[in-house]
Amino acid sequence: MSASVPTREVARRAFATEFNDATYTFKESDDDRAPVYSLLPTGQRANRVFVAGTLTETEDVGNDSEYWRGRIVDPTGTFFTYAGQYQPEATSVLREAETPAYVTVVGKPRTYETDEGDVNVSLRPESISVVDGATRNRWVVETAERTLDRIEAFGGAASKTPPEGGDAVAADEYAAMADTQYDPELSTYRDAVISALEDLESEADEELAAEA
Amino acid sequence: MTDLREHAVDVHEQFSDSLDVGVDEIESRLETLVSEYRVPVDEARRSIVSTYLDEADMDREDLSGGSTESASVADIDAPEEWLDVTVKVVDLWEPNADSIAQVGLLGDETGTVKFTKWAKSELPELEEGAVYRLEGVVTDEYQGRFSVKLNSATTIEELDTDLEVGDDDTEVEGALVDIQSGSGLIKRCPEEDCTRVLQNGRCSEHGDVEGEFDLRIKGVLDDGIEIHETIFNQESTEELTGISLEEAQEMAMDALDTEVVVEEMRETVLGRYYRVSGPTLGRYVLANDIERLGAPTDAERVLIRARSM
Repeated sequence: MSASVPTREVARRAFATEFNDATYTFKESDDDRAPVYSLLPTGQRANRVFVAGTLTETEDVGNDSEYWRGRIVDPTGTFFTYAGQYQPEATSVLREAETPAYVTVVGKPRTYETDEGDVNVSLRPESISVVDGATRNRWVVETAERTLDRIEAFGGAASKTPPEGGDAVAADEYAAMADTQYDPELSTYRDAVISALEDLESEADEELAAEA
Repeated sequence: MTDLREHAVDVHEQFSDSLDVGVDEIESRLETLVSEYRVPVDEARRSIVSTYLDEADMDREDLSGGSTESASVADIDAPEEWLDVTVKVVDLWEPNADSIAQVGLLGDETGTVKFTKWAKSELPELEEGAVYRLEGVVTDEYQGRFSVKLNSATTIEELDTDLEVGDDDTEVEGALVDIQSGSGLIKRCPEEDCTRVLQNGRCSEHGDVEGEFDLRIKGVLDDGIEIHETIFNQESTEELTGISLEEAQEMAMDALDTEVVVEEMRETVLGRYYRVSGPTLGRYVLANDIERLGAPTDAERVLIRARSM
Protein backbone atom coordinates (compact mmCIF):
# COMPACT_ATOMS: atom_id res chain seq x y z
CA MET A 1 0.00 0.00 0.00
CA SER A 2 1.55 3.22 -1.15
CA ALA A 3 0.47 6.39 0.60
CA SER A 4 1.11 8.65 -2.38
CA VAL A 5 -1.22 7.01 -4.91
CA PRO A 6 -4.85 7.17 -3.81
CA THR A 7 -6.09 3.63 -4.11
CA ARG A 8 -9.70 2.75 -4.62
CA GLU A 9 -11.40 1.60 -1.44
CA VAL A 10 -12.34 -2.08 -1.35
CA ALA A 11 -16.08 -2.73 -1.02
CA ARG A 12 -16.39 -4.68 2.25
CA ARG A 13 -18.95 -7.42 2.68
CA ALA A 14 -21.14 -7.36 5.76
CA PHE A 15 -24.58 -8.64 6.62
CA ALA A 16 -27.24 -6.10 7.59
CA THR A 17 -27.08 -7.02 11.25
CA GLU A 18 -23.41 -6.12 11.44
CA PHE A 19 -23.63 -3.14 9.05
CA ASN A 20 -26.35 -1.53 11.18
CA ASP A 21 -24.18 -1.94 14.29
CA ALA A 22 -21.29 -0.04 12.66
CA THR A 23 -22.16 3.27 14.29
CA TYR A 24 -18.61 4.47 14.95
CA THR A 25 -16.96 6.45 12.17
CA PHE A 26 -13.46 7.88 11.90
CA LYS A 27 -10.89 9.45 9.57
CA GLU A 28 -7.25 8.47 9.33
CA SER A 29 -5.94 11.95 8.53
CA ASP A 30 -6.93 15.57 9.18
CA ASP A 31 -7.28 16.28 5.47
CA ASP A 32 -10.81 17.47 4.64
CA ARG A 33 -10.93 15.06 1.73
CA ALA A 34 -9.65 12.09 3.73
CA PRO A 35 -12.03 9.14 3.47
CA VAL A 36 -14.48 8.51 6.29
CA TYR A 37 -14.56 4.95 7.55
CA SER A 38 -17.24 3.08 9.41
CA LEU A 39 -15.86 0.59 11.85
CA LEU A 40 -17.36 -2.88 11.47
CA PRO A 41 -17.79 -4.55 14.87
CA THR A 42 -15.84 -7.61 13.66
CA GLY A 43 -12.80 -5.38 13.20
CA GLN A 44 -12.49 -3.89 9.74
CA ARG A 45 -12.80 -0.36 8.41
CA ALA A 46 -15.32 0.21 5.63
CA ASN A 47 -15.45 3.24 3.37
CA ARG A 48 -17.40 1.30 0.76
CA VAL A 49 -19.57 -1.82 0.91
CA PHE A 50 -21.18 -4.19 -1.56
CA VAL A 51 -24.49 -5.62 -0.37
CA ALA A 52 -27.27 -7.74 -1.80
CA GLY A 53 -30.79 -8.52 -0.79
CA THR A 54 -34.45 -8.18 -1.59
CA LEU A 55 -35.69 -4.69 -2.30
CA THR A 56 -39.03 -4.86 -0.51
CA GLU A 57 -40.19 -1.25 -0.41
CA THR A 58 -39.34 2.03 -2.05
CA GLU A 59 -40.72 5.41 -1.04
CA ASP A 60 -40.07 8.99 -2.05
CA VAL A 61 -39.55 10.63 1.34
CA GLY A 62 -38.30 13.95 -0.08
CA ASN A 63 -40.04 17.26 0.52
CA ASP A 64 -39.02 19.66 -2.23
CA SER A 65 -37.05 17.29 -4.39
CA GLU A 66 -37.09 13.56 -4.90
CA TYR A 67 -35.38 11.61 -2.12
CA TRP A 68 -35.92 7.88 -2.29
CA ARG A 69 -35.64 5.38 0.50
CA GLY A 70 -35.25 1.69 -0.22
CA ARG A 71 -35.49 -1.21 2.20
CA ILE A 72 -33.17 -4.07 1.26
CA VAL A 73 -33.60 -7.24 3.25
CA ASP A 74 -30.85 -9.83 3.66
CA PRO A 75 -31.12 -13.05 5.71
CA THR A 76 -30.07 -11.19 8.88
CA GLY A 77 -31.80 -7.82 8.73
CA THR A 78 -32.57 -4.73 6.67
CA PHE A 79 -30.32 -2.22 4.94
CA PHE A 80 -31.76 1.27 4.49
CA THR A 81 -30.57 3.11 1.43
CA TYR A 82 -31.28 6.74 0.52
CA ALA A 83 -30.76 8.28 -2.91
CA GLY A 84 -31.47 11.80 -4.12
CA GLN A 85 -30.47 14.22 -6.84
CA TYR A 86 -26.74 13.55 -6.42
CA GLN A 87 -27.26 9.85 -7.13
CA PRO A 88 -29.37 10.15 -10.30
CA GLU A 89 -28.81 6.60 -11.53
CA ALA A 90 -29.55 4.94 -8.19
CA THR A 91 -32.53 7.25 -7.74
CA SER A 92 -34.02 6.19 -11.04
CA VAL A 93 -33.56 2.52 -10.16
CA LEU A 94 -35.44 3.03 -6.89
CA ARG A 95 -38.13 5.08 -8.64
CA GLU A 96 -38.70 2.48 -11.32
CA ALA A 97 -38.08 -0.79 -9.48
CA GLU A 98 -40.96 -3.18 -9.05
CA THR A 99 -40.75 -4.67 -5.60
CA PRO A 100 -39.94 -7.24 -4.50
CA ALA A 101 -36.74 -7.63 -6.51
CA TYR A 102 -33.24 -8.88 -5.82
CA VAL A 103 -30.73 -6.05 -5.94
CA THR A 104 -27.06 -5.47 -5.31
CA VAL A 105 -25.80 -2.10 -4.11
CA VAL A 106 -22.34 -0.57 -4.17
CA GLY A 107 -22.32 2.29 -1.72
CA LYS A 108 -20.92 4.18 1.22
CA PRO A 109 -21.96 3.77 4.84
CA ARG A 110 -23.51 6.90 6.35
CA THR A 111 -24.46 7.48 9.97
CA TYR A 112 -26.92 9.97 11.39
CA GLU A 113 -28.16 10.70 14.86
CA THR A 114 -31.88 10.55 15.54
CA ASP A 115 -33.77 13.00 17.76
CA GLU A 116 -33.67 10.35 20.46
CA GLY A 117 -29.89 10.26 20.29
CA ASP A 118 -29.60 6.88 18.59
CA VAL A 119 -27.11 6.50 15.75
CA ASN A 120 -28.59 4.98 12.61
CA VAL A 121 -26.52 3.57 9.79
CA SER A 122 -27.65 3.80 6.20
CA LEU A 123 -26.24 3.23 2.77
CA ARG A 124 -25.66 5.95 0.17
CA PRO A 125 -25.66 4.11 -3.14
CA GLU A 126 -23.12 4.59 -5.91
CA SER A 127 -25.03 2.09 -8.00
CA ILE A 128 -28.02 -0.21 -7.57
CA SER A 129 -28.54 -3.17 -9.89
CA VAL A 130 -31.54 -5.43 -10.25
CA VAL A 131 -30.03 -8.94 -10.26
CA ASP A 132 -31.06 -12.59 -10.21
CA GLY A 133 -31.37 -14.91 -7.20
CA ALA A 134 -28.11 -16.68 -8.02
CA THR A 135 -26.15 -13.43 -7.66
CA ARG A 136 -27.87 -12.67 -4.35
CA ASN A 137 -27.07 -16.19 -3.08
CA ARG A 138 -23.46 -15.90 -4.15
CA TRP A 139 -23.24 -12.69 -2.13
CA VAL A 140 -24.67 -14.44 0.95
CA VAL A 141 -21.96 -17.11 0.83
CA GLU A 142 -19.21 -14.61 0.04
CA THR A 143 -20.33 -12.30 2.86
CA ALA A 144 -20.50 -15.26 5.24
CA GLU A 145 -16.92 -16.15 4.36
CA ARG A 146 -15.59 -12.58 4.72
CA THR A 147 -17.38 -12.21 8.06
CA LEU A 148 -15.83 -15.46 9.31
CA ASP A 149 -12.41 -14.23 8.12
CA ARG A 150 -12.83 -11.12 10.24
CA ILE A 151 -14.08 -12.99 13.29
CA GLU A 152 -11.15 -15.38 12.99
CA ALA A 153 -8.65 -12.53 12.63
CA PHE A 154 -10.24 -10.81 15.63
CA GLY A 155 -9.68 -13.81 17.86
CA GLY A 156 -6.45 -14.56 15.99
CA ALA A 157 -4.95 -11.28 17.11
CA ALA A 158 -4.06 -13.47 20.09
CA SER A 159 -3.47 -16.79 18.28
CA LYS A 160 -1.68 -15.11 15.31
CA THR A 161 -3.57 -16.68 12.43
CA PRO A 162 -3.44 -14.16 9.61
CA PRO A 163 -6.77 -13.73 7.82
CA GLU A 164 -7.03 -15.18 4.33
CA GLY A 165 -5.48 -12.75 1.87
CA GLY A 166 -5.72 -9.95 4.39
CA ASP A 167 -3.27 -7.76 6.13
CA ALA A 168 -2.78 -9.21 9.60
CA VAL A 169 -1.34 -6.06 11.11
CA ALA A 170 -4.16 -3.85 9.82
CA ALA A 171 -6.74 -6.41 10.94
CA ASP A 172 -5.26 -6.31 14.43
CA GLU A 173 -5.47 -2.54 14.48
CA TYR A 174 -9.18 -2.42 13.63
CA ALA A 175 -9.97 -5.37 15.85
CA ALA A 176 -8.42 -3.45 18.73
CA MET A 177 -10.43 -0.37 17.77
CA ALA A 178 -13.65 -2.39 17.57
CA ASP A 179 -12.88 -3.96 20.91
CA THR A 180 -12.58 -0.50 22.47
CA GLN A 181 -15.54 1.09 20.70
CA TYR A 182 -18.08 -1.72 20.81
CA ASP A 183 -16.82 -4.55 23.00
CA PRO A 184 -18.66 -6.73 20.48
CA GLU A 185 -20.32 -10.06 21.10
CA LEU A 186 -18.70 -11.84 18.15
CA SER A 187 -20.90 -14.91 18.52
CA THR A 188 -23.87 -12.76 17.41
CA TYR A 189 -22.24 -12.27 14.03
CA ARG A 190 -21.16 -15.87 13.75
CA ASP A 191 -24.72 -16.98 14.53
CA ALA A 192 -26.00 -14.58 11.85
CA VAL A 193 -23.64 -16.23 9.37
CA ILE A 194 -24.89 -19.67 10.32
CA SER A 195 -28.56 -18.77 10.01
CA ALA A 196 -27.96 -17.00 6.67
CA LEU A 197 -26.30 -20.11 5.28
CA GLU A 198 -28.96 -22.40 6.72
CA ASP A 199 -31.58 -20.25 4.97
CA LEU A 200 -29.79 -20.84 1.70
CA GLU A 201 -29.69 -24.58 2.23
CA SER A 202 -33.38 -24.79 3.04
CA GLU A 203 -34.18 -22.63 0.00
CA ALA A 204 -32.17 -25.02 -2.13
CA ASP A 205 -34.02 -27.98 -0.61
CA GLU A 206 -37.37 -26.37 -1.33
CA GLU A 207 -36.37 -25.74 -4.92
CA LEU A 208 -35.37 -29.38 -5.28
CA ALA A 209 -38.67 -30.46 -3.73
CA ALA A 210 -40.57 -28.16 -6.08
CA GLU A 211 -38.78 -29.62 -9.08
CA ALA A 212 -39.40 -33.22 -8.01
CA MET B 1 36.07 -19.87 4.32
CA THR B 2 35.63 -16.48 5.90
CA ASP B 3 33.08 -14.03 4.67
CA LEU B 4 35.74 -11.76 3.19
CA ARG B 5 37.43 -14.67 1.46
CA GLU B 6 34.11 -15.63 -0.14
CA HIS B 7 33.63 -12.12 -1.45
CA ALA B 8 37.20 -12.10 -2.70
CA VAL B 9 36.67 -15.36 -4.59
CA ASP B 10 33.48 -14.00 -6.17
CA VAL B 11 35.16 -10.81 -7.27
CA HIS B 12 38.14 -12.75 -8.58
CA GLU B 13 35.85 -14.88 -10.72
CA GLN B 14 34.19 -11.82 -12.16
CA PHE B 15 37.53 -10.45 -13.36
CA SER B 16 39.41 -13.68 -14.08
CA ASP B 17 39.08 -13.14 -17.85
CA SER B 18 40.06 -9.53 -17.90
CA LEU B 19 42.55 -8.81 -15.11
CA ASP B 20 45.56 -10.52 -13.65
CA VAL B 21 44.73 -10.16 -10.00
CA GLY B 22 44.87 -12.76 -7.26
CA VAL B 23 42.30 -13.71 -4.66
CA ASP B 24 44.72 -12.80 -1.86
CA GLU B 25 45.22 -9.31 -3.16
CA ILE B 26 41.46 -8.78 -3.38
CA GLU B 27 40.98 -10.14 0.09
CA SER B 28 43.60 -7.87 1.58
CA ARG B 29 42.02 -4.83 -0.09
CA LEU B 30 38.67 -5.84 1.37
CA GLU B 31 40.30 -6.39 4.73
CA THR B 32 41.75 -2.86 4.70
CA LEU B 33 38.42 -1.26 3.94
CA VAL B 34 36.39 -3.35 6.34
CA SER B 35 38.75 -3.55 9.34
CA GLU B 36 40.67 -0.30 9.17
CA TYR B 37 38.17 2.02 7.59
CA ARG B 38 35.00 0.48 8.99
CA VAL B 39 33.33 0.27 5.61
CA PRO B 40 30.45 -2.24 5.46
CA VAL B 41 31.48 -5.29 3.48
CA ASP B 42 28.95 -4.77 0.65
CA GLU B 43 30.16 -1.23 0.16
CA ALA B 44 33.78 -2.37 0.32
CA ARG B 45 33.16 -4.96 -2.34
CA ARG B 46 31.39 -2.42 -4.50
CA SER B 47 34.26 0.00 -4.24
CA ILE B 48 36.84 -2.64 -5.13
CA VAL B 49 34.79 -3.82 -8.09
CA SER B 50 34.64 -0.21 -9.28
CA THR B 51 38.40 0.08 -9.08
CA TYR B 52 38.91 -3.08 -11.12
CA LEU B 53 36.29 -2.01 -13.64
CA ASP B 54 38.33 1.14 -14.23
CA GLU B 55 41.53 -0.83 -14.55
CA ALA B 56 39.97 -3.25 -17.01
CA ASP B 57 38.14 -0.44 -18.83
CA MET B 58 34.84 -2.26 -18.42
CA ASP B 59 31.29 -1.16 -17.58
CA ARG B 60 29.47 -2.58 -14.62
CA GLU B 61 26.97 -4.22 -16.92
CA ASP B 62 29.76 -6.06 -18.71
CA LEU B 63 30.44 -7.88 -15.49
CA SER B 64 29.25 -11.40 -15.25
CA GLY B 65 28.01 -12.51 -11.88
CA GLY B 66 30.68 -15.16 -11.81
CA SER B 67 28.25 -17.99 -11.96
CA THR B 68 24.83 -17.55 -13.50
CA GLU B 69 21.83 -19.68 -12.95
CA SER B 70 19.51 -21.41 -15.40
CA ALA B 71 16.03 -20.11 -14.89
CA SER B 72 12.52 -20.22 -16.25
CA VAL B 73 10.78 -17.00 -17.18
CA ALA B 74 8.24 -17.43 -14.39
CA ASP B 75 11.11 -17.59 -11.86
CA ILE B 76 12.13 -14.01 -12.51
CA ASP B 77 11.13 -12.21 -9.36
CA ALA B 78 13.98 -9.85 -8.49
CA PRO B 79 15.99 -7.19 -10.32
CA GLU B 80 19.72 -7.36 -11.02
CA GLU B 81 20.03 -11.11 -11.17
CA TRP B 82 22.23 -12.86 -13.70
CA LEU B 83 20.41 -15.68 -15.40
CA ASP B 84 20.62 -18.15 -18.28
CA VAL B 85 17.37 -18.73 -20.14
CA THR B 86 16.18 -20.82 -23.07
CA VAL B 87 13.52 -18.81 -24.81
CA LYS B 88 11.63 -18.18 -28.01
CA VAL B 89 11.36 -14.67 -29.44
CA VAL B 90 7.61 -14.14 -29.31
CA ASP B 91 7.48 -10.58 -30.53
CA LEU B 92 9.80 -7.80 -31.66
CA TRP B 93 8.81 -4.18 -31.14
CA GLU B 94 10.06 -0.93 -32.60
CA PRO B 95 12.85 0.44 -30.34
CA ASN B 96 12.04 3.99 -29.23
CA ALA B 97 15.64 5.03 -28.59
CA ASP B 98 18.89 4.80 -30.55
CA SER B 99 20.60 3.17 -27.60
CA ILE B 100 18.35 0.11 -28.00
CA ALA B 101 19.15 -2.38 -30.76
CA GLN B 102 16.17 -4.66 -30.21
CA VAL B 103 13.23 -4.80 -27.83
CA GLY B 104 10.43 -7.33 -27.61
CA LEU B 105 9.00 -10.31 -25.84
CA LEU B 106 10.70 -13.59 -24.95
CA GLY B 107 8.85 -16.65 -23.73
CA ASP B 108 9.24 -20.18 -22.48
CA GLU B 109 6.82 -22.80 -21.16
CA THR B 110 6.25 -20.79 -18.00
CA GLY B 111 5.44 -17.38 -19.42
CA THR B 112 6.73 -14.32 -21.21
CA VAL B 113 9.07 -11.48 -20.34
CA LYS B 114 10.11 -8.26 -22.05
CA PHE B 115 13.71 -8.00 -23.23
CA THR B 116 15.97 -5.13 -24.21
CA LYS B 117 19.19 -5.49 -26.18
CA TRP B 118 21.53 -2.52 -26.06
CA ALA B 119 23.00 -1.15 -29.27
CA LYS B 120 26.48 -0.72 -27.80
CA SER B 121 26.60 -4.40 -26.81
CA GLU B 122 26.90 -5.27 -30.53
CA LEU B 123 25.16 -8.61 -30.20
CA PRO B 124 23.81 -10.62 -33.13
CA GLU B 125 20.26 -9.95 -34.30
CA LEU B 126 17.50 -12.02 -32.69
CA GLU B 127 14.83 -13.29 -35.05
CA GLU B 128 11.15 -13.55 -34.28
CA GLY B 129 10.00 -17.15 -33.80
CA ALA B 130 13.53 -18.50 -33.23
CA VAL B 131 14.63 -20.23 -30.02
CA TYR B 132 17.82 -19.17 -28.26
CA ARG B 133 19.95 -20.11 -25.31
CA LEU B 134 20.83 -16.80 -23.68
CA GLU B 135 23.53 -16.95 -21.03
CA GLY B 136 24.19 -14.02 -18.76
CA VAL B 137 21.12 -11.84 -19.11
CA VAL B 138 20.37 -9.39 -16.30
CA THR B 139 16.93 -8.94 -14.82
CA ASP B 140 15.42 -5.52 -14.28
CA GLU B 141 12.28 -4.23 -12.70
CA TYR B 142 10.05 -1.28 -13.49
CA GLN B 143 6.84 -0.62 -11.55
CA GLY B 144 6.59 -4.20 -10.42
CA ARG B 145 7.11 -5.68 -13.87
CA PHE B 146 10.27 -7.58 -14.69
CA SER B 147 12.31 -7.59 -17.86
CA VAL B 148 15.67 -8.93 -18.96
CA LYS B 149 18.52 -7.03 -20.53
CA LEU B 150 21.02 -8.49 -22.94
CA ASN B 151 24.47 -6.95 -22.55
CA SER B 152 27.92 -7.41 -24.01
CA ALA B 153 28.63 -10.24 -21.56
CA THR B 154 25.59 -12.18 -22.80
CA THR B 155 26.20 -15.15 -25.05
CA ILE B 156 23.57 -16.00 -27.64
CA GLU B 157 23.23 -19.43 -29.17
CA GLU B 158 20.43 -20.20 -31.59
CA LEU B 159 18.88 -23.61 -30.97
CA ASP B 160 17.43 -25.73 -33.73
CA THR B 161 14.26 -26.50 -31.84
CA ASP B 162 10.86 -25.07 -31.05
CA LEU B 163 9.20 -24.52 -27.73
CA GLU B 164 5.65 -23.94 -26.62
CA VAL B 165 5.30 -20.54 -24.99
CA GLY B 166 3.02 -20.70 -21.99
CA ASP B 167 0.70 -17.93 -21.03
CA ASP B 168 1.14 -16.14 -17.76
CA ASP B 169 -2.43 -14.98 -17.63
CA THR B 170 -3.80 -13.59 -14.44
CA GLU B 171 -7.19 -14.80 -13.27
CA VAL B 172 -9.29 -12.55 -11.06
CA GLU B 173 -12.85 -12.63 -9.87
CA GLY B 174 -15.27 -10.51 -7.93
CA ALA B 175 -18.28 -8.27 -8.22
CA LEU B 176 -18.11 -5.65 -10.95
CA VAL B 177 -18.48 -2.61 -8.69
CA ASP B 178 -17.62 0.21 -11.07
CA ILE B 179 -17.38 1.12 -14.72
CA GLN B 180 -14.91 3.96 -15.14
CA SER B 181 -15.07 6.95 -17.47
CA GLY B 182 -13.81 6.29 -20.96
CA SER B 183 -15.98 3.17 -21.20
CA GLY B 184 -18.74 2.29 -23.66
CA LEU B 185 -18.77 3.59 -27.20
CA ILE B 186 -15.53 5.47 -27.74
CA LYS B 187 -13.63 6.93 -30.68
CA ARG B 188 -9.98 6.25 -31.36
CA CYS B 189 -7.43 8.19 -33.37
CA PRO B 190 -7.14 6.66 -36.87
CA GLU B 191 -3.48 7.68 -37.33
CA GLU B 192 -1.22 4.73 -37.92
CA ASP B 193 -0.07 3.05 -34.67
CA CYS B 194 -1.83 5.71 -32.58
CA THR B 195 -5.20 4.32 -31.38
CA ARG B 196 -5.41 6.92 -28.60
CA VAL B 197 -8.93 7.47 -27.28
CA LEU B 198 -10.29 10.84 -28.42
CA GLN B 199 -11.51 13.43 -25.94
CA ASN B 200 -14.21 15.60 -27.55
CA GLY B 201 -13.01 14.55 -30.98
CA ARG B 202 -9.38 15.43 -30.26
CA CYS B 203 -6.38 13.15 -30.09
CA SER B 204 -3.79 14.37 -27.60
CA GLU B 205 -1.10 13.67 -30.21
CA HIS B 206 -2.74 14.40 -33.57
CA GLY B 207 -5.39 17.04 -32.74
CA ASP B 208 -8.81 17.05 -34.41
CA VAL B 209 -9.28 13.81 -36.33
CA GLU B 210 -12.14 11.77 -37.73
CA GLY B 211 -12.22 9.08 -35.06
CA GLU B 212 -13.00 5.41 -35.45
CA PHE B 213 -15.66 3.86 -33.21
CA ASP B 214 -14.68 1.18 -30.74
CA LEU B 215 -16.14 -0.48 -27.64
CA ARG B 216 -14.32 -0.71 -24.36
CA ILE B 217 -15.07 -1.12 -20.67
CA LYS B 218 -12.69 -0.14 -17.91
CA GLY B 219 -14.16 -1.91 -14.93
CA VAL B 220 -13.33 -2.71 -11.34
CA LEU B 221 -13.71 -6.23 -9.97
CA ASP B 222 -13.86 -6.35 -6.18
CA ASP B 223 -13.86 -9.52 -4.08
CA GLY B 224 -14.13 -7.80 -0.71
CA ILE B 225 -10.39 -8.16 -0.08
CA GLU B 226 -8.85 -6.34 -3.01
CA ILE B 227 -9.78 -4.68 -6.26
CA HIS B 228 -8.65 -5.55 -9.78
CA GLU B 229 -8.90 -3.02 -12.56
CA THR B 230 -9.89 -4.73 -15.75
CA ILE B 231 -10.09 -3.69 -19.39
CA PHE B 232 -12.54 -5.34 -21.76
CA ASN B 233 -11.71 -4.76 -25.42
CA GLN B 234 -14.34 -4.65 -28.18
CA GLU B 235 -14.71 -8.41 -28.42
CA SER B 236 -14.97 -9.02 -24.68
CA THR B 237 -17.21 -5.99 -24.19
CA GLU B 238 -19.60 -7.43 -26.78
CA GLU B 239 -19.48 -10.78 -25.01
CA LEU B 240 -19.96 -9.19 -21.58
CA THR B 241 -22.83 -6.87 -22.47
CA GLY B 242 -24.45 -8.53 -25.48
CA ILE B 243 -24.22 -5.19 -27.30
CA SER B 244 -22.33 -5.26 -30.58
CA LEU B 245 -20.40 -2.32 -31.99
CA GLU B 246 -23.06 -1.86 -34.72
CA GLU B 247 -25.89 -1.88 -32.17
CA ALA B 248 -23.99 0.55 -29.97
CA GLN B 249 -23.56 2.96 -32.90
CA GLU B 250 -27.29 2.71 -33.71
CA MET B 251 -28.20 3.36 -30.08
CA ALA B 252 -25.96 6.42 -30.02
CA MET B 253 -27.33 7.66 -33.34
CA ASP B 254 -30.96 7.34 -32.15
CA ALA B 255 -30.21 9.16 -28.92
CA LEU B 256 -27.77 11.63 -30.50
CA ASP B 257 -25.51 10.78 -27.55
CA THR B 258 -22.85 8.11 -27.03
CA GLU B 259 -23.46 8.07 -23.26
CA VAL B 260 -26.61 5.96 -23.69
CA VAL B 261 -24.40 3.02 -24.57
CA VAL B 262 -22.44 2.98 -21.32
CA GLU B 263 -25.62 3.61 -19.34
CA GLU B 264 -27.19 0.53 -20.89
CA MET B 265 -24.01 -1.44 -20.16
CA ARG B 266 -24.02 -0.37 -16.53
CA GLU B 267 -27.54 -1.71 -16.16
CA THR B 268 -26.58 -5.06 -17.64
CA VAL B 269 -23.29 -5.80 -15.90
CA LEU B 270 -22.75 -3.71 -12.73
CA GLY B 271 -23.26 -5.49 -9.42
CA ARG B 272 -22.82 -8.97 -10.91
CA TYR B 273 -20.00 -11.44 -10.32
CA TYR B 274 -17.44 -12.31 -12.96
CA ARG B 275 -14.22 -14.24 -13.34
CA VAL B 276 -11.88 -12.96 -16.02
CA SER B 277 -8.43 -13.97 -17.16
CA GLY B 278 -5.85 -12.48 -19.45
CA PRO B 279 -2.46 -10.83 -19.50
CA THR B 280 -1.73 -7.85 -17.28
CA LEU B 281 -0.84 -4.45 -18.66
CA GLY B 282 0.36 -2.13 -15.93
CA ARG B 283 -2.31 -2.21 -13.28
CA TYR B 284 -4.95 -3.63 -15.62
CA VAL B 285 -5.93 -7.20 -16.36
CA LEU B 286 -6.94 -7.49 -20.02
CA ALA B 287 -10.06 -9.63 -19.96
CA ASN B 288 -9.64 -12.17 -22.74
CA ASP B 289 -11.78 -14.82 -21.09
CA ILE B 290 -14.91 -13.91 -19.20
CA GLU B 291 -17.16 -16.08 -17.10
CA ARG B 292 -20.31 -14.88 -15.40
CA LEU B 293 -20.49 -16.41 -11.93
CA GLY B 294 -23.89 -17.62 -10.83
CA ALA B 295 -25.14 -19.52 -7.82
CA PRO B 296 -22.60 -20.26 -5.07
CA THR B 297 -21.08 -23.71 -4.91
CA ASP B 298 -19.43 -23.68 -1.51
CA ALA B 299 -22.25 -22.81 0.90
CA GLU B 300 -21.89 -26.11 2.73
CA ARG B 301 -18.14 -25.73 3.24
CA VAL B 302 -18.60 -22.24 4.70
CA LEU B 303 -21.44 -23.46 6.92
CA ILE B 304 -19.22 -26.21 8.31
CA ARG B 305 -16.49 -23.65 8.91
CA ALA B 306 -18.91 -21.34 10.74
CA ARG B 307 -20.25 -24.14 12.94
CA SER B 308 -16.75 -25.23 13.90
CA MET B 309 -15.74 -21.77 15.12
